[in-house]
Amino acid sequence: MEYEIKPKEKLNLGLEELWQYRELFYFFTWRDVKVKYKQTFLGFTWAILQPLLMMVIFSVFFGQALNVPSENLPYPVFVFSGLLLWNIFASGITAAGNSMVSNSNIIKKIYFPRLIIPISSVLVSLFDFLMASIVFIAMLLYYQISVDLFNALVLIPISILLTTSATFGVGTLLAALNIKYRDFRYIIPFLVQSLLFITPVIYPISMLKHEWLKLVAALNPMYAAVTLFRSAFIDSPMQINLLIISICSTFFFFIAGLYYFRKTESYFADIA
Amino acid sequence: MKPILEIQNISKKFRIQHEKQSYLSLRDSFSSLFHKKSTSSEDFYALKEVSFEVYPGESIGIIGKNGAGKSTLLKILSKITPPTAGKIISRGRIASLLEVGTGFHPELTGRENIFLNGSILGMKHKEIQNKFDEIVDFSGTEKFLDTPLKHYSSGMQLRLAFSVAAFLDPEILIIDEVLAVGDAEFQKKCMGKMENVSKSGRTILFVSHNLGAVETLCPNSIILDKGNLKVMGNTTKLIKDYINQFAEDDNSMINGTVYLNNSLIKSVQLLCDSQPSNNLYMGCDMELEVTIESDRKIEYPVLGLVIRDFQNNAILGVNNKHYSSIKPMGFYNGKFKISIPNLPLMSGKYFLDLHVGDGLTDIEIYTNACTLNIESKDFTGTGYIPNEKLNKLFIKNITWDITGN
Repeated sequence: MEYEIKPKEKLNLGLEELWQYRELFYFFTWRDVKVKYKQTFLGFTWAILQPLLMMVIFSVFFGQALNVPSENLPYPVFVFSGLLLWNIFASGITAAGNSMVSNSNIIKKIYFPRLIIPISSVLVSLFDFLMASIVFIAMLLYYQISVDLFNALVLIPISILLTTSATFGVGTLLAALNIKYRDFRYIIPFLVQSLLFITPVIYPISMLKHEWLKLVAALNPMYAAVTLFRSAFIDSPMQINLLIISICSTFFFFIAGLYYFRKTESYFADIA
Repeated sequence: MKPILEIQNISKKFRIQHEKQSYLSLRDSFSSLFHKKSTSSEDFYALKEVSFEVYPGESIGIIGKNGAGKSTLLKILSKITPPTAGKIISRGRIASLLEVGTGFHPELTGRENIFLNGSILGMKHKEIQNKFDEIVDFSGTEKFLDTPLKHYSSGMQLRLAFSVAAFLDPEILIIDEVLAVGDAEFQKKCMGKMENVSKSGRTILFVSHNLGAVETLCPNSIILDKGNLKVMGNTTKLIKDYINQFAEDDNSMINGTVYLNNSLIKSVQLLCDSQPSNNLYMGCDMELEVTIESDRKIEYPVLGLVIRDFQNNAILGVNNKHYSSIKPMGFYNGKFKISIPNLPLMSGKYFLDLHVGDGLTDIEIYTNACTLNIESKDFTGTGYIPNEKLNKLFIKNITWDITGN
């Protein structure tokens, strides 16, 4: 085995190397999941309770008090279906965005492909998603929601894939930026909060009266993911043009995040 | 035979920005878009065209003062940071130990941390499983395996950390200062382990301030000075030739001798049972030779010794006035020979302060002139060593007369 250590020249994805270090994905994810719920009385139940409580609050305020329409779904199911994916994105980009800074002691002392760290953060939020899905399935049964089987089997996996890609893209971008500009520590929570308002989680997109607002919402990578996910339970037609814009946006962030991270990662140890 | 590591003209440049924070903020970047930089920057070479080769099975020590570029070199070798210029050709798997316990998490148990740390260090899951018992055994923490790490004493954490690292199995092992962990006994165990590793044909690059450790582990060394490779050669010879340089930074003890700079006291020589030695043992006959060179004549030379334990508590303070009322002859250059038979210190690390006076006041106080490492010994030959918790000092010859019927 012969290799060279040189100043960085070309950009490569280093997928081969990631594969060599694949066990680390497991260990970092496992560590983060464990640590997240260590010394909590309720443990993993929090992964279920968090979205559940959010759903209850949103249902009371938006569903009951403000009477926000929810297509043909009961409002709790509507909002929970959005929250499921939204939470992957929100907790994923928050954790990934801060991951390089919070693991800087490791980065400075040992080498492994840096991408493993933000990816593991995304995997942690996928774990929470799986836990929360159990509740969602229970809700579907409780409210006796009819499920479009084709959409459920094809579009739901696609929507999860889109969410993961968007989370990964935005997360790695923020991670790389955060290690250089610590301002992002403050920007990230703000970003998450404001993005929630332009994602059709709490309200359906049809509520937006202005076309340009819909366009803005579609620039958000999570628009397509949430819409496709719900298509398994809602039979109103989807707006294909908005979907395409949103999917393009997802790809853009995926590539931009990966590119910027890869481009700057070799100097993380120097500035961490 | 091809070298396992070829280091070719490696340089590492850092840009030092004056009057700026170490990390950037957005505001700085934005403002520098519009304004010309008001801050000056300066290039600084942490390493400058360093080249050398390492052959399989060699153990190379890397010696140099603080800031000489040792750690930077190790970081480049372990791929943590890229070089600015030059290249390294490696023909083996490199594992680096720049710190023990990298990635240890206080909330996880000892068992969990072994797996996490091992994995971060590059071990496969299977490998860790196979070596798990050995690791636990070596660390001596089996009772606490399922306790969160945060409840461990710091010594136990370090022992566990070193133990994981000790079972790494790469072709090339890069080590930075990690031997300075745990108590004297565990340090000895670590050194033994390291020696085994180097004997088993592994290639080792070793950085330490403990020149004694470098000497035992590495037959050959390189000396780095301000980023340049100064010389490569036999470690013992290098240390001898360059000892005066190192004496400035930390009072390294070679063969029981410490050279002090910027002081009236030129050197301190430690003897254990009449042999020059870095280490002492409980109950040994300790001798100290303190050489003094002064510009002024010292009319009534007085030398005070203060021995402090690792918690900085003074436990012994004596000077020649206490022991003899005869006034010694005044001198410019002189030597004190002090002999303490049956050294009453328990095992551990102690610090020696030297006070030089003229009979009236202290002319100079040299704090921490040298470190006394006392090894544990069954000095009575009974198989019992006095309890360390109860004793700070002990009396070697106590006679017990026991009668009864």
